[in-house]
Amino acid sequence: MENLTDTLVKPAPNKTGKQVISRHIVEIVADSGEGAQKAGTSFASMSAKMGNGVWTVEIIPSDIEPPPRTIQSTSGIRIRIGSKEITNAGDEADLVVAFNEVCPYSRIEQHAFKPGTKILIESAWAQHDDPTVKESYEKAIADFKNRGYVVYEIPMAEECLKLVPDPKRGKNMWVLGMLCYIYMRDLNIAEDQIRHTFRKKSQAVVDSNINLLHAGHAWAAENLDFQFEIPSIPSEKELVVMNGNEAFAFGAMAAGVEVCSMYPITPATSVSHMLAEAFEKAGGLVHQAEDEIAAIGFAIGSSYSGKTALTVTSGPGLALKTEFIGLSVMAEVPLLIIDVQRGGPSTGMPTKIEQGDLLAVLYGAAGDAPKIVIAPSTIEECFQFTIVARQIADAFRTPVFLLSDSNLATGVQPFVKPKLKAEWMAPPIDQSPWKEGVTPFAWDEETGLSKRPIPGQKGGEFTLTGLTHNTKGQVSYLPEVNQKSTEMRSRKIAAFSRTLKPPKVYGDEEGDLLLVGWGSTRGAIEEAVERARELGGKVSSVHLRFLSPFEPGLKDIFKRFKKVMTVEINYSDDPNAPLITEENRRYSQLAWILRARTLVDIDCFSNVHGQPLKPRNILERIKQELSELVN
Amino acid sequence: MFGLNNDYCAIDLPETYHPQSDYTKGIARWCPGCGDHSVLHAVQRLCAEKQLPPEKTVFVSGIGCSSRFPHYMDTYGFHGLHGRAFPVAEGVKFRRPDLHVFVVTGDGDCCSIGAGHWLHAIRYNMNLTVLLFDNQIYGMTKKQTSPTSPMGTISNTHPEGSVLPPVNPIQTTLGVSNVSFVAQTVDWVPSHLYATIKAAYEHQGFSFVKISMRCPKFMADFAKQKVSERDTVQLLMHENGIQPDESTERMFTHHVQHDPTDINAARTLAEDPSMTYLGLFYQNKQALRYDLYGAHNLGYTPEQKMAAIERKLEAFAV
Repeated sequence: MENLTDTLVKPAPNKTGKQVISRHIVEIVADSGEGAQKAGTSFASMSAKMGNGVWTVEIIPSDIEPPPRTIQSTSGIRIRIGSKEITNAGDEADLVVAFNEVCPYSRIEQHAFKPGTKILIESAWAQHDDPTVKESYEKAIADFKNRGYVVYEIPMAEECLKLVPDPKRGKNMWVLGMLCYIYMRDLNIAEDQIRHTFRKKSQAVVDSNINLLHAGHAWAAENLDFQFEIPSIPSEKELVVMNGNEAFAFGAMAAGVEVCSMYPITPATSVSHMLAEAFEKAGGLVHQAEDEIAAIGFAIGSSYSGKTALTVTSGPGLALKTEFIGLSVMAEVPLLIIDVQRGGPSTGMPTKIEQGDLLAVLYGAAGDAPKIVIAPSTIEECFQFTIVARQIADAFRTPVFLLSDSNLATGVQPFVKPKLKAEWMAPPIDQSPWKEGVTPFAWDEETGLSKRPIPGQKGGEFTLTGLTHNTKGQVSYLPEVNQKSTEMRSRKIAAFSRTLKPPKVYGDEEGDLLLVGWGSTRGAIEEAVERARELGGKVSSVHLRFLSPFEPGLKDIFKRFKKVMTVEINYSDDPNAPLITEENRRYSQLAWILRARTLVDIDCFSNVHGQPLKPRNILERIKQELSELVN
Repeated sequence: MFGLNNDYCAIDLPETYHPQSDYTKGIARWCPGCGDHSVLHAVQRLCAEKQLPPEKTVFVSGIGCSSRFPHYMDTYGFHGLHGRAFPVAEGVKFRRPDLHVFVVTGDGDCCSIGAGHWLHAIRYNMNLTVLLFDNQIYGMTKKQTSPTSPMGTISNTHPEGSVLPPVNPIQTTLGVSNVSFVAQTVDWVPSHLYATIKAAYEHQGFSFVKISMRCPKFMADFAKQKVSERDTVQLLMHENGIQPDESTERMFTHHVQHDPTDINAARTLAEDPSMTYLGLFYQNKQALRYDLYGAHNLGYTPEQKMAAIERKLEAFAV
């Protein structure tokens, strides 16, 4: 277990150099427009079809069309495949296909490679007419070797030219063929995949790409001295593969959401893209509002009128929406708010990963504004939780937050195709006469719950207001009215918490160290815990899906471990940094709340690198913590 | 109704007749002499005349004196956030074509904090009746300069007099593409006020009515001046415009013929600093309506929805 890289199941190269491995990380990097992502998603899809676990992440340039052959123009994809389910993007890449010598540097600066990483690089640049290009290529190759990468120079363009006039178009499918050889993919499935990928193109295009696939495969068989086998168990179950934002969109439709009101913001916008594509026939519409404030106001208006509504946003938009979120709490208007977090504060890092909005979501509004906050931890949960969130919002007459981040938004994972159910959908709006004598805020003492009149319900006429109001919805500033109404809104959160079960502990129920995570980091945390446990470490983890209210029983779980530590992607002070004391140390966001909530001395391990957490880094920290606990 | 089968009845008999009192709720707490009272009365009269079902009628407002309006209407109401009445009203109307939606907003609410929404609301041209209560001062927060305060207005934020020329709401609205209905009236001429609000309600689209209001508390002199100065007021006359009654015509003796389909003429009038024009500046019945788009795919059954989702899911199958 000293070997921190992916475990070799059977390190037995045979004559052909074939190795059987349990998981591997492949990256394809190229200039924007060279089809690296298409090759990667095809490879991922066919691997999922063969029964492998898959996680893919797109590598997206932050500019739209930067100059080619620059670090900024690098576009690509990371595909992690394994024998079992893959829950995160993993550590450093094992094998990289690079279409030029510059793009690997965009990954090197993100610490994505390690000594031993195989780099399969287009060799055409070595013969380029421009001496500066030639020189750049040679320098890079020498540098790669120097860094310990294993370089394979591949005449991709030259080989493609034998089949197509312009190797720029088609190189990606040739590369796909090469990868199919390396990873022993079923070529029939690969052909089917190409037919699917190019289903809107002519037969000639399909045929040409299939020829390229076979050519890439044949070339690799002839020239490469290594091959990997990742055993898989093909599943009979139908699978779908998508990213977290697409899963949100499907979840919203399956929940019967009718209005998605939004303003473009990275990395949340693609939820609305997916909806815009599919909503028309699923009985809903996307409203692109004039700004973030209008987007949520419009959604609240729709929800008030009885139509299930959703808004999607990210940090800066969340800040702008705050006043309306307060109104939604105060006036008890159900609402779904998807916050796909990004780096912050302010504009921060739009395309990078951070779990920095938790406290803002919980406490951002003025006054006491309790709400329900849920954080999906997988792509599939992005789908499921949206359906659940709709039901909670309606039943508890409250805004419900779904906290996601760029890791889930751009991560692609297969999951069993959901069987849609009519009861997931919001029922048609109630237009029956309102029951006489019932007020619009007839709070139940026990639960704080009340039923809301919908416009169209005769006898239910009332004026909704963000001012303090009594059970009749009338404005009132009486001390007891404000105390009571605030209490009733808070009571709903308590009532909801009573419906939750304690979270499951991953690993043993007691031990030395307990890691606590939330949101997209679950896969990385559990993988690190698994590796540490294989080493004999008494470490477990617990992953919180509900952040407001918390699932019950946390304190009981925490008490069974010598140390509890949250693992998060947001800022915390290093306890050893200058000026930092036990008294003034600022903790990561979940740690803050858990400490206050449980009075347990919870530590935190966090950073704001903007990157997905690597299981390896968590494992290193686990080892360090365990050794300190033992000493 | 009355034991009659409607199928055989030539007249469409309403289930319930709503007298004006069906639309009134509580006692309005605006100051004595405040123009808001007269608009409230005119609107309640309109609801009764049009027999709007109270349960199908929604008044959406922002924050400010005028935005208390929904509390005095026995219909559905939404008294939301400062400046944000438009997005809320749009959301209410978007998928509910059956609802009659009114927006009540003030000069601070609409022309200052909510100005961004105002411009886009004009462009969306949803079927909303919009009443801008323009009293040229912030009342609720106790006399601060409003964006429509005349230059030199003495207020708590500008004790030496305000230093910028005001926003002209009519001019601004006429400047936005897809504008469809712009009219001006005053709170102190009930017949003209009523005729204008009625025409606005009848217009299918975003009908914007700027109502010049008196604030006897904080703009007492202006209020008196406005009511007494009749030489600087002209009535816009046209067969397709607002039809003032005889008393109004007698009150304002200056009349000008103005074709409400002529946007250039409307803009020229709106920009005239020397004169206040009452009546219909502009109307375009053909302007594109976003609420029609919003309501175009209503009423799918869960089965139809699931079939559509299922089809889309296939594109994601592996």
